[in-house]
Amino acid sequence: MSNVRPIPSPQTQSDDRAHEADHPSSLVAKFGMDQPLKLDCGVDLAPFQIAYQTYGELNADRSNAILVCHALTGDQHVNNIHPVTGKPGWWETMVGAGRPIDPDKYFIICSNVIGGCMGSTGPASLNPATGKMWGLDFPIITIPDMVRAQAMLIDRLGIATLFCVVGGSMGGMQVLQWTAAYPERVFATLAIACSTRHSAQNIAFHELGRQAVMADPDWRGGRYVDEDTHPHRGLAVARMAAHITYLSDAALHRKFGRRMQDRELPTFSFDADFQVESYLRYQGSSFVERFDANSYLYLTRAMDYFDIAADHNGVLAKAFTGIKTRFCVVSFTSDWLFPTSESRALVHALNASSARVSFAEIETDRGHDAFLLDVPEFLEISRAFLLAAGKARGLKDGGQS
Amino acid sequence: MSMQQTLPLPGVAPERTGGYRRDHLLVAEMVRPGSRVLDVGCGDGELLQLLESRGIDGRGIELSREGVNGCVAKGLAVVQGDADTDLVNYPDDAFDYVILSQTLQATRQPKVVLENLLRIGQRAIVSFPNFGFWKMRLQLLIGGHMPRTENLPASWYDTANIHFCTIKDFVELCEQINVKMERAVALDLYGRPVPLNLPWWVWNMFGEQGVFLLSRGGQGK
Repeated sequence: MSNVRPIPSPQTQSDDRAHEADHPSSLVAKFGMDQPLKLDCGVDLAPFQIAYQTYGELNADRSNAILVCHALTGDQHVNNIHPVTGKPGWWETMVGAGRPIDPDKYFIICSNVIGGCMGSTGPASLNPATGKMWGLDFPIITIPDMVRAQAMLIDRLGIATLFCVVGGSMGGMQVLQWTAAYPERVFATLAIACSTRHSAQNIAFHELGRQAVMADPDWRGGRYVDEDTHPHRGLAVARMAAHITYLSDAALHRKFGRRMQDRELPTFSFDADFQVESYLRYQGSSFVERFDANSYLYLTRAMDYFDIAADHNGVLAKAFTGIKTRFCVVSFTSDWLFPTSESRALVHALNASSARVSFAEIETDRGHDAFLLDVPEFLEISRAFLLAAGKARGLKDGGQS
Repeated sequence: MSMQQTLPLPGVAPERTGGYRRDHLLVAEMVRPGSRVLDVGCGDGELLQLLESRGIDGRGIELSREGVNGCVAKGLAVVQGDADTDLVNYPDDAFDYVILSQTLQATRQPKVVLENLLRIGQRAIVSFPNFGFWKMRLQLLIGGHMPRTENLPASWYDTANIHFCTIKDFVELCEQINVKMERAVALDLYGRPVPLNLPWWVWNMFGEQGVFLLSRGGQGK
């Protein structure tokens, strides 16, 4: 077969990206040996650092802080040009001037999760004990670990209570963990397209992605940096598979149908004849330029382990007993990764706990990714919720000014 | 079923007192201050807002996303859902009152819904359009077609209201499932109460809607 071309990819990891792992183009909070991060796996991680960005101003009574939690492959650059890709912030529909989360009104904080690869300590960071990349020596982290690290950052910023914690997908899991672990520190939450536990199907997709990375001979047992290789093919395949789960049959059909890519007839080969193939290959190859393969393994694992009810004798409602936080839960009709049924289960538990919860299911064919896209009904309810919560919080006009 | 089509009532706007609908004020007056209330089919949250202004801790269920959005913008806690399918998910005794305003006739299983209201809440407040209202009777008797009124203008083939009943029918259902009627009020077309000293058949004839405060009967639930 002469026409088969592998996924186009850089031969090694982008130098910019590798540099970001230890020297992020953002603010950094460093925690020394005296301030270890106590991980669920039993390890005390120290020293460690959290890379973060802030936008807007903290008001005088420190009551207008919003923590934005990023999803699996996001990072702290929610509202600025990304230092590696040069693209705009990852949530420009939600965060920014005139958007529901407006830096003119709120003090916005977004941190790279622990285990990530954009400056917070993770498998792509240097292990101070060896002087080499952590790789698989990095301890397994969980969603509660991510939130614990964020809480240490929020402490350092001198903020007692967050006005709101916001996030979608893995970000939504962090939002829920925040309310379960620190209910008194969260005034309101916006939990989008998420779940209180990762489903068997979602674990299965993650395992597929991890196996694709680990099956790449360039992965080298996670020591690809030491051996000057990079499992770009495996990571790209993982991203391609995952990307399908972020969309929907209807969205793929609308966007691509069975249309051909720069040709009229099939080539009778395994080349990317269809536009949808070409699109997926592009998604895979652009992803590997900005993301670390080991970090992908760790973060998908953290999502797999997430199950709030399990920490409360299997009764989800117990996680939220007596909670005063205002909840807004949003799901999307075509999201089959975190379907509405998962959000409803959360809402039922919150109802059983007498929590103050609102819930809306947004009609869209854009799948799980809808939360990152310009879906007016979704942005409208987000804005309405934040403004009303801001009034209840005593923020002027629902915001700072 | 669609709460969106039934709430708020299209057609004649009920008379307002101090900016609030009279039927809402009547409902609000039935609720003890400081209690917890679930409003099923809460529309854009007008009644919930009135209740919260009186120190009542309110929650809502609303079928339409537009309704939910309006409620969220008012700072209310409202869940998008369906009375027929979602009430089963609420625990026993979760609320002091559960309100079902102008929605009973649009549910698939009014009896099951009513039983759920009084399982979730210590008390229920139910209001519904009275199909025994004289205008309804006249249209069927003289006109020979399904009644349409200012408050219920939809044709039989596109109405969301699939389980109409009269005040008399509702009273019989309450007796059948052992529900105690603590208070019953019939409102005329303009939301004014029909005088209390008149007999039931007058209510059933001249009440455009019935509003009932219910509690669990003596034996069992």
